[in-house]
Amino acid sequence: MILRLRFDAKTSRKPVISIATLETKALINILRADVGARKGEMIVEVEDDKVKDVEEVLKRFGVEVQELGEGIVKDDSLCIHCGLCISVCPVEVFRFNEEWKVVADTKKCIHCGFCVSVCVTKALTLYT
Amino acid sequence: MKRSIEEINEKIRRGDVCVVTAEEMKEIVEEIGAEKAFKEVDVVTTGTFGAMCSSGAFFNFGHSDPPIKMQKVWMNDVEAYTGIAAVDAYLGVTQLSETREDYGGAHVIEELVSGREIELKAVGYGTDCYPKRSIITEISLEDINQAVMVNPRNAYQRYKAATNSSDRILRTYMGTLLPHFGNVTFAGCGEISPLNNDPEFRTIGVGTRIFLCGAKGYIIGEGTQHSPPFGTLMVKGNLKEMKPEFMKAIVIPGYGVTLCLGIGIPIPIIDVEMAEFTAVRDKDIYTEIIDFGVPRRDRPVVKRVSYAELKSGKVEINGEEVRVSSLSSYYMARKVMIELKKMIERGEFLLSAPVERLPTKSKLKPMRQKEIKVVKSVMTKAITVTPDTSVEEVARIIIQKNVNHLPVVDKSGRLVGIVTSWDVAKAVAMGKLGRVKDVMTRKVITALPDEPVEIAARKMERYNISALPVVDAKMRVLGLVTSEDLSRLLAR
Repeated sequence: MILRLRFDAKTSRKPVISIATLETKALINILRADVGARKGEMIVEVEDDKVKDVEEVLKRFGVEVQELGEGIVKDDSLCIHCGLCISVCPVEVFRFNEEWKVVADTKKCIHCGFCVSVCVTKALTLYT
Repeated sequence: MKRSIEEINEKIRRGDVCVVTAEEMKEIVEEIGAEKAFKEVDVVTTGTFGAMCSSGAFFNFGHSDPPIKMQKVWMNDVEAYTGIAAVDAYLGVTQLSETREDYGGAHVIEELVSGREIELKAVGYGTDCYPKRSIITEISLEDINQAVMVNPRNAYQRYKAATNSSDRILRTYMGTLLPHFGNVTFAGCGEISPLNNDPEFRTIGVGTRIFLCGAKGYIIGEGTQHSPPFGTLMVKGNLKEMKPEFMKAIVIPGYGVTLCLGIGIPIPIIDVEMAEFTAVRDKDIYTEIIDFGVPRRDRPVVKRVSYAELKSGKVEINGEEVRVSSLSSYYMARKVMIELKKMIERGEFLLSAPVERLPTKSKLKPMRQKEIKVVKSVMTKAITVTPDTSVEEVARIIIQKNVNHLPVVDKSGRLVGIVTSWDVAKAVAMGKLGRVKDVMTRKVITALPDEPVEIAARKMERYNISALPVVDAKMRVLGLVTSEDLSRLLAR
């Protein structure tokens, strides 16, 4: 599961990710982080069966947690299956299937939105 | 042993023709050999689907009452060329709308083929025979006399792949290129693409009947910039018979609008040699990856690669694995080739022999230019200072010499920074009158002496600066080029 964490001035100074790992023994993979002095945002990946435990710890420290379900959405009525999105995605969400259609493994999506800006048919949308 | 086109057409009419796709043919030849494949297979269908900018359509709108001689014409606010007869016009796919963002000629053509109405607007100068001076109306494909797609350059046999060595994201006609060789993009469908299956143009020539966006079209000559093995085709087809599922208007971010087309060509297996040609594999079709980080016509070649490597999704550049994206749609190209196969099997599509061969040799010429203006011809002498020069001294030089930019050099004359009148003003305003090294900008954007002036101008525009020190390979300062130098060039 991919989570978006939002920190305010108070929480951004605490090592909440480490605390969450120590308490839950969950492995937390930080995919994107933009943490400043007054606020911060982080996109992390947590094993599915430990998501609830991790969320509980983070929320206790005042971190705002949002589960990023679907990720990128591809409109197949617009997609021409060229594959331009494939090489620009940092986490390899897109690939060709056996019949050379572009398919998206949206569970991996980290919501960076870069693919949206390269798609030539505007087939990709990021709902946030 | 030979097989004639007429023999094949007879089989198509009888319904016992053997048609296979280019993909199937590779397997067949590998399994039973070219000799036997020739005996069994009559026709191989090929296909490609991708952006083809050199495309458009001729229209004849019919005459209004009173008649108008169109001097300028717009279709959904996209201008078409009408420097021909009164109500004839040519709409190019890359022409942009004058009012709508991300909309152009390609979209107008796609809307018409999808059965929608578009707005036609024209102005004329009024003559005795054409008194009307302007008109606005709505038209659909049904309302007009002719709508003929005529494309000067389509179906590239192969194409140069692209990468980017520079440190910024480039938005090109080859798609978005990530910095520091972050990705590679390529175009073309390799082993199933028409011209790769008949590289000597033995069966594909002037007059060959083809599949063009779902309709029957024809090859009318070699395409512009035809340069085997980077061969191209000029084609035509009736827009009124085309199917929207085999075309798609696209917007390439930062580049513009264009049209993706589906083109399929049937290749008659007239002899064993054609069976051999149609067995070609991606691993034997080579192209080059070129570096778009260099904004020149002759971009450096980074690597020679086969279509097999490109299609694998990864290529190695400088020891690192780089991911690859395609601009053409292999899925759609296969759909074209399969659709063409079905049309032939159903007896709806007969083959035609070329009436003229396409040239197998042709060289691509660069544009003849009067001169290419380079930076060294417009640069001025740079007045340099050292990191230890005082800010007061810099202020004095700026006033005395009437300059704004002073490159900062070390003892060996190498560029280490730049100080401008703005930096001096800022230092004064903040009450920090120290030495140059305290106020200078250290990351300097530079120009090379042999760089065309357009490239220097684009750098200044991109970084919002007004001068570039001109340096040699060892970063020694040779001069300075300013935006004033460049604007003087334009004023002349």
